[in-house]
Amino acid sequence: MNASFPPTEPYATLEEQRDSATLGMWVFLSAEVVFFGALLLSFVSYRISYPRDFDVASRQTKVALGTLNTGVLLTSSLFMALAVRAARKGERRGTIGWILGTMSLGFGFLAIKAAEYVLEIQDQLFPGPHFYLPGADPGHARLFFLCYFILTSVHALHVTIGLGLLGVLAVRAAWGSLCREKGHQVEIAGLYWHFVDLVWIFLFPLLYLLGRHPPHG
Amino acid sequence: MTIPLGARVPENYLTADYRLRSWLFTTDHKRIGILYLISLTFYFFVGGFFALLMRLELVTPAGDLVQPETYNRLFTMHGVIMLFFFLVPSIPAVFGNFFLPLMIGARDVAFPRLNLASWYIFNLGGLLALASIILGGVDTGWTFYTPYSSVYSNSYVLLAAGGIFIMGFSSIITGLNFIVTTHKLRAPGLTWGRLPLFVWSLYATALIQVLATPSITIALGLIGVDRLLKVGIFDPALGGDPVLFQHLFWFYSHPAVYVMILPGMGVESELITTFSRQRPYGYAFIAGSSLAIAVLSFLVWGHHMFVAGQSVFASLIFSLLSFLVAIPSGVKVFSWTATLYKGAVSYATPMLYALGFIGLFTIGGLTGLFLATLAVDVHVTDTYFVIAHFHYIMVGGMVMAYLGAMHYWWPKMTGKRYPEAWGRLSALIVFVGFNLTFFPQFLMGYLGMPRRYHAYPPEFQIYHVLSSAGASILGVGYLLPLVYFLWSLRYGAPAGADPWDATGLEWRTPSPPPTHNFGETPVVTEAPYAYRLREDEGGSP
Amino acid sequence: MDSGFRIFPERGSTNAEGVDDLYFYLLLVSFVFSALIFILVITFAVKYRRRPGRERAARVTPQPALEIAWMVLPFALCLVMFVWGARLYVRIYEAPPGAMEVYVVARQWMWKLQHPEGSSEINELHVPVHRPVRLVMTSQDVIHSFYVPAFRIKQDVLPNRYTSIWFQAIQPGEYPLLCAEYCGTKHSGMTGRIVVMTDPDYERWMSEATSQGSLAAVGLQLFRGLGCSGCHTGAADARAPRLEGLFGSRVQLEGGRSVVADEAYLRESILDPRAKIVSGFQPLMPVFRGQLNEDDLIRLVAYLKSLAVREGRPDQP
Repeated sequence: MNASFPPTEPYATLEEQRDSATLGMWVFLSAEVVFFGALLLSFVSYRISYPRDFDVASRQTKVALGTLNTGVLLTSSLFMALAVRAARKGERRGTIGWILGTMSLGFGFLAIKAAEYVLEIQDQLFPGPHFYLPGADPGHARLFFLCYFILTSVHALHVTIGLGLLGVLAVRAAWGSLCREKGHQVEIAGLYWHFVDLVWIFLFPLLYLLGRHPPHG
Repeated sequence: MTIPLGARVPENYLTADYRLRSWLFTTDHKRIGILYLISLTFYFFVGGFFALLMRLELVTPAGDLVQPETYNRLFTMHGVIMLFFFLVPSIPAVFGNFFLPLMIGARDVAFPRLNLASWYIFNLGGLLALASIILGGVDTGWTFYTPYSSVYSNSYVLLAAGGIFIMGFSSIITGLNFIVTTHKLRAPGLTWGRLPLFVWSLYATALIQVLATPSITIALGLIGVDRLLKVGIFDPALGGDPVLFQHLFWFYSHPAVYVMILPGMGVESELITTFSRQRPYGYAFIAGSSLAIAVLSFLVWGHHMFVAGQSVFASLIFSLLSFLVAIPSGVKVFSWTATLYKGAVSYATPMLYALGFIGLFTIGGLTGLFLATLAVDVHVTDTYFVIAHFHYIMVGGMVMAYLGAMHYWWPKMTGKRYPEAWGRLSALIVFVGFNLTFFPQFLMGYLGMPRRYHAYPPEFQIYHVLSSAGASILGVGYLLPLVYFLWSLRYGAPAGADPWDATGLEWRTPSPPPTHNFGETPVVTEAPYAYRLREDEGGSP
Repeated sequence: MDSGFRIFPERGSTNAEGVDDLYFYLLLVSFVFSALIFILVITFAVKYRRRPGRERAARVTPQPALEIAWMVLPFALCLVMFVWGARLYVRIYEAPPGAMEVYVVARQWMWKLQHPEGSSEINELHVPVHRPVRLVMTSQDVIHSFYVPAFRIKQDVLPNRYTSIWFQAIQPGEYPLLCAEYCGTKHSGMTGRIVVMTDPDYERWMSEATSQGSLAAVGLQLFRGLGCSGCHTGAADARAPRLEGLFGSRVQLEGGRSVVADEAYLRESILDPRAKIVSGFQPLMPVFRGQLNEDDLIRLVAYLKSLAVREGRPDQP
């Protein structure tokens, strides 16, 4: 794991290449902030317009599964951080192990999300022709669930992409091409993974918890 | 600097490998710039063709050349193609890609494979847009306002929106690449304060590309969801807010128009300095104004919505900020003018475009003030006044800068000189044709001629006839360079490394440059634009 | 209507002259700065052209004072534009009290204009000269825009919302009305005219125009027919809030917020009563979304506004 590799074009040193890659990931994540920000803004804007209906709709989300998923994702971030640590120290087996751990939790997240979707479709909460939610304006409730499905599926897409990235890294680590200098790739993947986690930290309270506050006096 | 000026080098980036696969799988930023040049030229003439048909229809007040549905598709596709598939990439993707690494003494951009990917993604988006055209077109206007675009339109909205959606990623990637390149790959001694102004403008543009584009990705993506699922978040029947779409759309599209001018301003700084052999007046202010424009551009999007139903309070804020964003542009115009003072001004073709740019951009920018002024905007928004304003900036400004850049850097890119007399003639034809096309539109706009009208009240006809006449002249002015540039590839005189006697690292390498740009990494020791002055040569000041 | 060649639009409203004056100021500033730049550029390009003996530039030392000046002075000129424009703009959105009201429903591709007295016009609006006219507008489908160039006014007309603008005509005549927001196939055909008449002519026109009864009267019929009067009895212990004097007043909502009861509030409260629950009441009112078209809504709103007038309140918020 200690074989050294030359930097690729156009870099003169590996350090330059690493710095560029890190900066590149930060710049990319700033674009992602705007991306999710626009979606969240749309959601918040409707929530301000239709607070009651959104609260009623929000109470239909599966908060137990959502909370479980939050725990799963946060733990996966912990595993990811441990993978980065192992990569920095050049521990090949540790790196692979923690990456695989992160990935299992990531797959677990997707599985739980899929289960939620199945339950919600069964409960007629998918904003298609069979949508049904008494107690709230049907149009506004549909808006809530449109936002819910769009936000969570876009997030899930990002989790999936992250799993792909991690898979590639795990394979590279297994083949030994992820030596200490290039273990930097794990760090960059870690940045991405933590970001995806951070997005969930915003999504979860807004989508699941907003309607579950104590009633007004 | 190891390669002497003018020395013949056996191999350059063009001759390094002639196989098609060496082009399609290249990671050389110069080849990618040429690939973009080919794609963008194609899209420019497609968009221009639609404009020609529109102007032909508008010669008469009645809608007698094409059906209303067709006209509505023509103006939509003209806008979509010209903005997303020509202007937004234009200077950065062609000249930025080619010259950013050269100007900073680097061997390539930070992420060369991503760079190639951006070209493929761009063309994938373009293919979708072309598909929507071939299948019959989209008729929502390039602004895709809901609920017309999400619910009512019977055209290929999904395809066109999809094409723009995909193209957006290409733009983000280019921006990301340029930011990291500028930060990390500058040659030793090349501090930020020594960067060419073109690099500053590319950097500012890149910031906007990265941070603004996701907003339109979401806006159009949500329309896509609406079209696919037949239900969406902008649908008024659900309580959806069509004005929310406008906010998401303009949050990108206003900064986007600065993406469509800042690189042109950067080119302008290069042309004015080279063809006056003079240092730029107030380098720091010009560089700073690019950044100021980038930042302020994010704060003014509501000036497209003064009559859209947004609150009066919001409109007041956006109006004030819109005046503020005009100031850095003014700084540039004054600085370019001042750079000519006591310069040594040449009338080579690039300079003719550059001088024209100053005049036309000034008019375009000043008319922007009319639009920032609330009560006047109420009258002229959605009329030909707005059309004239943005064409003065995008065509009188950016396209002229693009052509200026073409003539300036063609010798470097190809090793050939274009025929100078034809270049000057075309510049003149473009200038005359452009003004004849668009100046009458200001008058029409204040008179109340709305935009996107297929048939119009007869009292506007004289203006439309003048405008259409100008458009045909403008078309000739654009076709001529296509012909003589291609001609020069075979018959043009060979160009040396530095045909213009300019400063800048790109001129310190042969024309065309070798694949790896520089034999040895250059080391920069002097200020930018260090032209030798008359005093240095014993002349009187 | 004078359809001859013009270079400048006619002035049909009290607003037009103010806008034109500001426009002339903008033209003046633009002309001065354009001329300045053009003259300087051409002068410098000629005077300092490259020729044998003048192959190089002379040293020019940038003056920071000049840099500051060409930022500050233009911005000062811009501030004048901003303040002047803002004041006129705010005035366009504040109709004077006592303005005559007209309800506008836009749809692909026509304008329907309803006078409160009941007369209804298609693509034409007859108004008296020298009286302020306030338009309350909504769309039945996509976004349109109500544009009268001679009055220098324009306002987007949105679905599911009321937007409003006002004008006061200064001269009898006919002025084009144009749709200014692209709305589909016949967008260019969605035009009409504003017919401004002297008072006597307008009175005569009003009495001749077909009328089904005032908007408010038809609104009252709807109010009873839909069962509204069942709960909105006006009594102190009624299940539903009192509607007399409601329009224009401030309403306390549950949760502590308060809103002014304008046309938008009335419309929303009919279509989606649970959006804003009045403090102290239960959300019992049935939802009328999907059951009433825009014309019916206008009639109900007009009726509710007439209740405010009876209570002695002004008929605008």
